[in-house]
Amino acid sequence: MAFEPQENDIAIVGVAQTAAHARFDGPEVVLIMECVNRLLGDAGIERDDVGFTIAGSCDYLSGMPFAFVSNVDGMGAWPPVYESHVEMDGAWALFEAWLRLQMGDIDVAMVVGSGKSSPCNAREVFHLQADPYVVAPLGLDPDALAGIQARALIDAGKATEADIADVVARSRAAAAANPNAQVAGSVSIDELLAAPYDMAPLRAHDVSPKADGAAALLIARRDRARELTDNPVWITGLDHRIESHHAGLRDLTDSESTRLAAAGAGVADGAVDVAELHTTHAHEEIILRAALGLGDDTQINPSGGPLAGDPVMATGLTRIIEVAKRIAAGDASRGVAHAASGAALQQNLVCVLQEGA
Amino acid sequence: MARPCAVVGIGQTKYKRQLPVTLDGLVREAALQALEDANLTFADIDAVVIGKAPDALEGVVMPELSLADALGAVGKPIHRVHTAGSVGASTAISAAVLVESGRYDTVLTVTYEKQSEGNATWALSGGRSGGQGAGGTFAPWIREYIRRSKAPEHIGWKVAVKDRLNALKNPNAHLHLEDISIEKVKESPMLWDPIHFLESCPSSDGAAAMVLTSEDKVSRSPNKPAWVLGHAKRTEFSTFPGRDTIRIQAGLDCAEALYKKVGITDPRKQIDAAELYVPFSWYEPMWLEGHLIAEEGEGWKMTDEGATEIGGDFPVNCSGGVLSSNPIGASGMIRCLEAANQVRGTAGDYQVDGAKVALGHAYGGAAQYFAMWIVSSELQPDFT
Repeated sequence: MAFEPQENDIAIVGVAQTAAHARFDGPEVVLIMECVNRLLGDAGIERDDVGFTIAGSCDYLSGMPFAFVSNVDGMGAWPPVYESHVEMDGAWALFEAWLRLQMGDIDVAMVVGSGKSSPCNAREVFHLQADPYVVAPLGLDPDALAGIQARALIDAGKATEADIADVVARSRAAAAANPNAQVAGSVSIDELLAAPYDMAPLRAHDVSPKADGAAALLIARRDRARELTDNPVWITGLDHRIESHHAGLRDLTDSESTRLAAAGAGVADGAVDVAELHTTHAHEEIILRAALGLGDDTQINPSGGPLAGDPVMATGLTRIIEVAKRIAAGDASRGVAHAASGAALQQNLVCVLQEGA
Repeated sequence: MARPCAVVGIGQTKYKRQLPVTLDGLVREAALQALEDANLTFADIDAVVIGKAPDALEGVVMPELSLADALGAVGKPIHRVHTAGSVGASTAISAAVLVESGRYDTVLTVTYEKQSEGNATWALSGGRSGGQGAGGTFAPWIREYIRRSKAPEHIGWKVAVKDRLNALKNPNAHLHLEDISIEKVKESPMLWDPIHFLESCPSSDGAAAMVLTSEDKVSRSPNKPAWVLGHAKRTEFSTFPGRDTIRIQAGLDCAEALYKKVGITDPRKQIDAAELYVPFSWYEPMWLEGHLIAEEGEGWKMTDEGATEIGGDFPVNCSGGVLSSNPIGASGMIRCLEAANQVRGTAGDYQVDGAKVALGHAYGGAAQYFAMWIVSSELQPDFT
């Protein structure tokens, strides 16, 4: 059944993304500017027409406290703008912008996610997400915890190493059609299984290749959305949840927070044609598919997903963009985008997107 | 469409160094106090909004992840804000947006900093400020303010003394300088001319929390609510040719948007108490002018006449302000919640008699980020 937007409904009216660069030699602000200029140009609006701007990024990747302040230069702030920033993936910036527009006094918002991970060792940086007193000193970084999670999944009989390799093979094959992807091409499950372990049972190719990149989108309230585009993509549900930081208190073979967010966003209210999942480790797709209740008729990560390119802090927002692009193009009518934060899928965001006039 | 939102619970730790307490313990203490004040428990909370200054200050990346358990956020949304020094007020505003949007009825918002676990001046000297730290950035702008306004040099000393005397009435304040005096301030070491040591904020630890709720849920909480009448934020570039870093456009725009939203036409008369983000003494007169409370060049006269003292006609930083406690990420939220304390009548010994309307304010970056809110004891106060 076609979605009938109400006055307070919000749609994505424009998207922009950079390539997932293994290493981008310019500053992060250039990546942002590339997206913002394209976004405003495509929509045919001026910077002043944007009532609220919000970005997501991570200072630590640049090794520079307040690094996000420089990013404002890429988003435009003269004359002064109404703007905010989350130290989270850009998908969470969308969450706040979506709520802000529902207040009714502003009708267009711009959302940006950006990250430049190449100057740092991202694995060392994200290790510092762990509780500093009892977890971090164990050396339990997100890749190590992912290995433990994959092992638990296999031990529970919910996946095999071949299933995990299949996720990688599908991602890379799908990425061949994505000009922004970092890694793409045909690879067989046997070839993948022949590679040595890294964090057993995970292999190096099971971990997303960290990239430099940015993504941005414009959202608008119903009436303004219809003025700005012929193909608005409606956000019909958006929710996010977190679970315990302590892996020992969780069932690592499930994602309870994804289930809760999916229920909050109304994933089960209709068929899901396409889903883009924030899988930074291949086995996570198997967990997320179950938690989101996605069947075989849902196309998963047609862009190749993060395993084909992971522009950290823009990766979650990119999932939303990849789904929105397919709905706007008429290739899908309803889709789900997922973003994650923290080790072993500690925090998950679920966004349901739908076509409609 | 936007619906009203009120502060129904406030929690604050003490802002002295808290070496024996973990980050978890620190934020939880403030959160539990705010819940107790609101007569609610974690079970009543629909979402959590957390804010702090750069992660590098404690060396914990995206601390909402490791603090989720301590903040009762498991199974809920937790949202993390970071807008430099203005972050505490930005976080309060983001939390208000969650309620005003109609999506979440009751939101717990918490901000903190634990400067004893890191070196904030190192962190503040990175990046845009080019190794000069916050004081090094602001000192030339303060000198330019003094040149333009022809303010006498004792204005900064007076602010430093006033805020420290106010802090003696606030049990949470970091600094309790019983023997503070104009003499002591002017004889303290010169850090960044014209800013003396005693005209600068301390390095504090601490957490601040609030419970915000929608109009239909306010009656669940027994204590008086502080209605959030309006909020505004503005940002401009940190540097560009011709930028006026004294009379800052984003600050003027932010105040104008806020007063318009709330229906304020004469802020000096219609606002009963203000908590302004004053990390260096001179920023009191600078923000009085920069946020349209005083005419250009007249702000320092308000300070000089005693208008900004408790008992004056426009009391500023009755709690002791940032000059007496600066857990950076929380400092902006403390301004917002102390404004709420004033209109709830819960400001203790630093209460302004009969305060009905109060302003909370924070700024950050190269004085380029502004976040402000106005709270009131009444949902629709009569400003005439």
